[in-house]
Amino acid sequence: MTTQVGNPASVEDLLSRRRSPLERIQHLLHGSPALSPLIVLIVAIIVFGIVSEGFLRPQALSLLVQQMAVVGALAAGQTLIILTAGVDLSIGMAMVLASLVMAKLSFDGVPGVIALLIGFAVAVATGLLNGFLVTRINLPPFIVTLGTFSIFTAISLLYAQGQTVTLDPDAFLLVTGRSLRLGPVSVTWGVLLMLALFLVLGFALRTSSWGRHLYATGDDREAAQLAGIATQRVLFSAYLVAGICVGVAAWIVCGRVGGADPNAGLNYNLLSITAVVIGGTSLFGGRGSVVGTLIGALIVQTFNSGLALAGVDPNYQVLATGILVILAVAIDQWIRRVKS
Amino acid sequence: MSTATAPEQPGAGSDERPVLEANGLVKLFGRVVGLRGVDLRLYPGEVLAVIGDNGAGKSTLIKCLSGALQPDQGTIMVDGRPANFSSTQDARAAGIETVYQNLAVAPALDVTSNLFLAREIRRPGFLGSVLRMVDRKAMREHARQFISDLGITTLQNIDQAVETLSGGQRQVVAVARAAAFGSKVVILDEPTAALGVRETGQVLKLVRDLRERGLAVILISHNMPNVFETADRIHIQRLGGVAGVITPQSHSMEDAVAIMTGARTLEPDEQTLR
Repeated sequence: MTTQVGNPASVEDLLSRRRSPLERIQHLLHGSPALSPLIVLIVAIIVFGIVSEGFLRPQALSLLVQQMAVVGALAAGQTLIILTAGVDLSIGMAMVLASLVMAKLSFDGVPGVIALLIGFAVAVATGLLNGFLVTRINLPPFIVTLGTFSIFTAISLLYAQGQTVTLDPDAFLLVTGRSLRLGPVSVTWGVLLMLALFLVLGFALRTSSWGRHLYATGDDREAAQLAGIATQRVLFSAYLVAGICVGVAAWIVCGRVGGADPNAGLNYNLLSITAVVIGGTSLFGGRGSVVGTLIGALIVQTFNSGLALAGVDPNYQVLATGILVILAVAIDQWIRRVKS
Repeated sequence: MSTATAPEQPGAGSDERPVLEANGLVKLFGRVVGLRGVDLRLYPGEVLAVIGDNGAGKSTLIKCLSGALQPDQGTIMVDGRPANFSSTQDARAAGIETVYQNLAVAPALDVTSNLFLAREIRRPGFLGSVLRMVDRKAMREHARQFISDLGITTLQNIDQAVETLSGGQRQVVAVARAAAFGSKVVILDEPTAALGVRETGQVLKLVRDLRERGLAVILISHNMPNVFETADRIHIQRLGGVAGVITPQSHSMEDAVAIMTGARTLEPDEQTLR
């Protein structure tokens, strides 16, 4: 039996064939992974700007950024973990736990700065626990953080006894919710804090040897090890820095809700992963950037705010997020198949 | 058949000191014997091929020499001084670089970053010491220098991600890294296993260039023509021990295979231990 394959082309024909426009796009996206989410973001902003007239107003946009600040800070930490080919399912609950510690201590009369520092220490400790279990006990990150997710949830509920903590609006902890005016828009300190976090992490990943080692470790752990990178230490550092991001996110969330809510964390776990994935960071590690994650977090919030402003049933927001995630992963797979 | 007695090897300066020497290496994996007392001598400016059937102990031997495994018994000497490698880092510090079979390169990073992986050049002053910023410009310049020093013509663009290179080019990157930082010994584990004829040629040329530069090279390979074309001496492993050391001049490929498989045994005076 013979198979007919269209018109027979000579090898030379195939070799000299120019790249098709689609292949060029594939190459371009392969070269700069943050480009595709950026395009999606710009298109989404334009579309929602047309659909709902209020969307592009400065107040609406600054509210949008405020709403994504918490997810953004968490997603920054999540990016590091996903770059190492891991995943942190506990990150949202870790943040809730840290924010509860901050808010409750402050509520009980501990000075704000000290409450903040203790809460920060708790956040870092959650990262250290995950990192310890992953690198020293050699458990898969998925299982470790699935376990610590439950543990942090339980501790949070036990500690708060199921109650939300509401702080006096003048409390130091809530400074992240206060805004300052920059021209026509008002920005909260929390948003600035989140942006600073992205700046520092983006800088470190791009220019430091630590960043290079993190990428190499996530890309091919054995190869990185053989090249002389202390991969266990690099992995551990990713969880440690993620813990710091959790601390920042906890402070921001205190400012946003005016205290702390033990039931707030469930969505944040998955939203942080969603932002990272939509931002073009590969779940298989070694590829991606925090810039992409920032854009990814903005995309999720743009869809949510845009659909809400357009008066669409909130359930469609969840639907849109789901479709975005699957699209993002599909695009990632396609880009990875790039031919040289 | 071979010439029965060929111990006098031209150029075998017997007074020269080996750069790397292993004596009586034993390595056990539980009740499985990896190495049963292996001796090895490697002199500067030579290519020593290590051949052997699967399970003959080639990889175990190499891992002991490169610090990836610690022998249960026996000594390793570098330049006549005893060396105790507890990690690959130790071996590296002693000037022994290894290229592993499974290509120790990070696919998503570019050629420069891979050449300097785990050995990044940092910016001078505060930026480098505190912020640990890498000096991309210096690394790029050095990378260009290495590549032209080694006479590598197959890597044009050092800013290219390694995953976009061919298998041969990737192997050249891995070998170039070893060559650039290995001051004494470069160990290559099956560097041509997955390569085509032309790419194999590129890598073997690089191996010969390393020898010209006075480095000692250990080449593990299954490919007899490659071994006989490139090596000065051939160390044959069999069942965890040394079956003998021969040269391409003293023995034929058939002899080597026969010794490797145990069909023929080498007399002590037939060897080229130097």
